[in-house]
Amino acid sequence: MDAAAHESHDAHGHDHHHDPRLAHHFEDHQHQFDTGKLGIWLFLGQELLFFGGLFCAYSIYRGLHPEVFEEGAKFLNTNLGAVNTVVLLFSSLTAAWSVRAAQLNNKKGLILAIVLTIGCAFGFLGIKYVEYSHKLHEGVFWGQSFHPTREILEEAHVTPGVVPMPAEDGSVDPKAEKIAMLKPNLHTFFSIYFMMTGLHGIHVIAGILVYLWILRRAIRGDFNSEYYGPVDFTALYWHLVDLVWIYLFPLLYLIH
Amino acid sequence: MTADAAHIVSSRDDTYLNHTKGLLSWVVTLDHKRIGLMYLLSTALALCLGGVFALLVRTELWGPEENLMSHDVYNQMFTLHGAVMVFLFIIPSIPAAIGNFILPIMLGVKDVAFPRLNLASFYIYVVGAIFLVTSMYLSAIDTGWTFYTPYSSSAQVGSQSAVMSSAMGVFILGFSSIFTGINFIATINTMRPKGMGWFNMPLFLWAVYATSIIQVLATPVLAITLLLLTVERAFGLGIFDPALGGDPVLFQHFFWFYSHPAVYIMVLPAMGVISEVIGTFSRKRIFGYKFIAMSSLAIAFIGFLVWGHHMFTSGQSKLASMVFSGLTYLVAVPSAIKVFNWLTTLYKGSIRLNAPMLYALSFIWLFAIGGLTGMFLGTLAVDVHLHDTYFVVAHFHYVMVGGTVMALFAGLYYWWPKFFGRMYNETIAKVACLLVFIGFNVTFFPQFVMGSQGMPRRYYTYLEQYQPFHQISTVGAYILGFGILMAFAGLILAALKGPKAPDNPWGANTLEWHTSSPPPFDNYASQPEATDPYDYHALVFDEKIGGWVKVEDAPATGGEA
Ligand SMILES: [Cu+2]
Repeated sequence: MDAAAHESHDAHGHDHHHDPRLAHHFEDHQHQFDTGKLGIWLFLGQELLFFGGLFCAYSIYRGLHPEVFEEGAKFLNTNLGAVNTVVLLFSSLTAAWSVRAAQLNNKKGLILAIVLTIGCAFGFLGIKYVEYSHKLHEGVFWGQSFHPTREILEEAHVTPGVVPMPAEDGSVDPKAEKIAMLKPNLHTFFSIYFMMTGLHGIHVIAGILVYLWILRRAIRGDFNSEYYGPVDFTALYWHLVDLVWIYLFPLLYLIH
Repeated sequence: MTADAAHIVSSRDDTYLNHTKGLLSWVVTLDHKRIGLMYLLSTALALCLGGVFALLVRTELWGPEENLMSHDVYNQMFTLHGAVMVFLFIIPSIPAAIGNFILPIMLGVKDVAFPRLNLASFYIYVVGAIFLVTSMYLSAIDTGWTFYTPYSSSAQVGSQSAVMSSAMGVFILGFSSIFTGINFIATINTMRPKGMGWFNMPLFLWAVYATSIIQVLATPVLAITLLLLTVERAFGLGIFDPALGGDPVLFQHFFWFYSHPAVYIMVLPAMGVISEVIGTFSRKRIFGYKFIAMSSLAIAFIGFLVWGHHMFTSGQSKLASMVFSGLTYLVAVPSAIKVFNWLTTLYKGSIRLNAPMLYALSFIWLFAIGGLTGMFLGTLAVDVHLHDTYFVVAHFHYVMVGGTVMALFAGLYYWWPKFFGRMYNETIAKVACLLVFIGFNVTFFPQFVMGSQGMPRRYYTYLEQYQPFHQISTVGAYILGFGILMAFAGLILAALKGPKAPDNPWGANTLEWHTSSPPPFDNYASQPEATDPYDYHALVFDEKIGGWVKVEDAPATGGEA
């Protein structure tokens, strides 16, 4: 790819710009920045619709079966969710700070802000891991794999009769379980929960990968007040990831 | 202008085709023209592959009993036909192939806004295609191209691995489409040349712009739907599967929220091509420019609100069905506006019946039939009778094949001299057009009749009363297939052996005709100023070069046209 970019420079070497960061088909840095900005906003638009499908499924199932969601929320650890919200909000702050640092030619500040953002992202995933592993350990899976243990059902204070209670030895009446599966129930809540938070988690991981690349370029000294598009665009993406969580937290954990 | 002319003359030997050589220079190219041609090659291959499946299906239907394949294979064949044609051919064909090549040149720029993203979306397309085609090998899907749940989601039936790999293939292809859309919107928004306001833009750009909006806003919904389907299939998620308390109709809502607008991804760029061709070959300013431009946006907008007309018989509420039916009528209005404006452009124009024009006129004819029969299906009471019959099959083939394929060939023959700097053979092109037109109507018109008489779609066997219709249809399919091969042959012959084409063989005034044929590597030395795209009097025919030149550049002896 670099070879091809090179050719284009040879092809019209008479062009007055020589900055390799400015692509040949743009007039100047501002033009390139504005185009990139429009591009990232369009990408965020499609991200919204991508998550929108899940939010739509959530609304439909919640509208038809509110009791399922009220019971389901009892399984979620509000404290861990709240800590994660704070962690992500803080990382959005550092992401915004990284843009400002690039605009001010503050290389040290830029690197620090990016490192902090990546750190927060790992922190978020760590806490999510604790939440997930607790649930999966107790058999709280999605859909057909939902076989909660007696302990977690008692711990969550589930209303008796909502799902079949396993006997003391952990066995469940298969007939009762099959009947419970036939209509939306806690297993549906956890399908939606794992799908939404899982997809969000994948976006966090993608954000970490992009930020690692930005960090490498920042250390190399690519960014300055004239050229900081990639820092800005990544921060915008990161804000969206944050924003999705800001909705997920109340919708899944808080509303009773 | 002399400096400009000198540049064109000097760059004649240095074109995008010979600027760099070797396979690698194509594989990693960032040049929008080469990427466009790579898209063209892959979508043409997809068309041929999908066509083979279609002919196999039609051959099997020659008689009511088993002729060629078992019922299971038959189910796989029509599924593959639909999936390959829709996702690998129609959706990327005009925007990604012709659009990629023409859009930046029409804007007078050197490339699309994000050339790397452009190349990436091509390779994403390739990866998606590999997933989809691999599923054939694994034991093909038999769900129909619509992947309806619960058949596609329950693990007890169907072919497990094939549904997953196909759904993932289409998921990946979706992102190729989204990235192309983002690229085109950004290019048109920020890179228009001096003097090209929104309402000086060629109509093809308006059409591509509206298409891109749909691509960016609708495709992610398909992506999440197919992701859910895949996870459902793999892990028993239970969002769509009634055995797990899921709602299969929710899948239909999600699927058609994308797939109805997707119909406009297929047909809007086609309409853009037609707007260019009709104006040029009538040598008359396109009638109702603003109406055609705005109707593209109107179609894109209203197209998002009509998906429920696919679920009139799926147990949707009566009120919802009535609203969706009304909105479906509404979307016919902007489509009709376009057709009327094209016809009015023809009126008192000096019409030249070159091959692109013949394809464009066929488009209008076939699209009108396809559009009007859509009204039958949008009518609630009639739809109950016609739902899932061959009437539906005929209707959407008239729109998608009669529309998109006709416009694709109109566009290819129109811009081929620009692509390769060589003229095609008019006779081959016209005979091919005639064969395609006749073959198409012979194939699909009988399907309207048998559909209205109750022949259900996708059935393997049928009552004997339908046999004559099926046989006529099968004969037509072979004529159509032969016509399409001939149309491609005409293009390939032209690219290899055709006589040299002038820079502007048709006398069109959009910017792409003001650079040389084939265009130089960087299209223009510096961004040209916009022209009035439909001012045909700015050009005169120059006998010496056999093409059209600007009035001010014409030799003194050249008379006024
Ligand atoms: Cu539709």
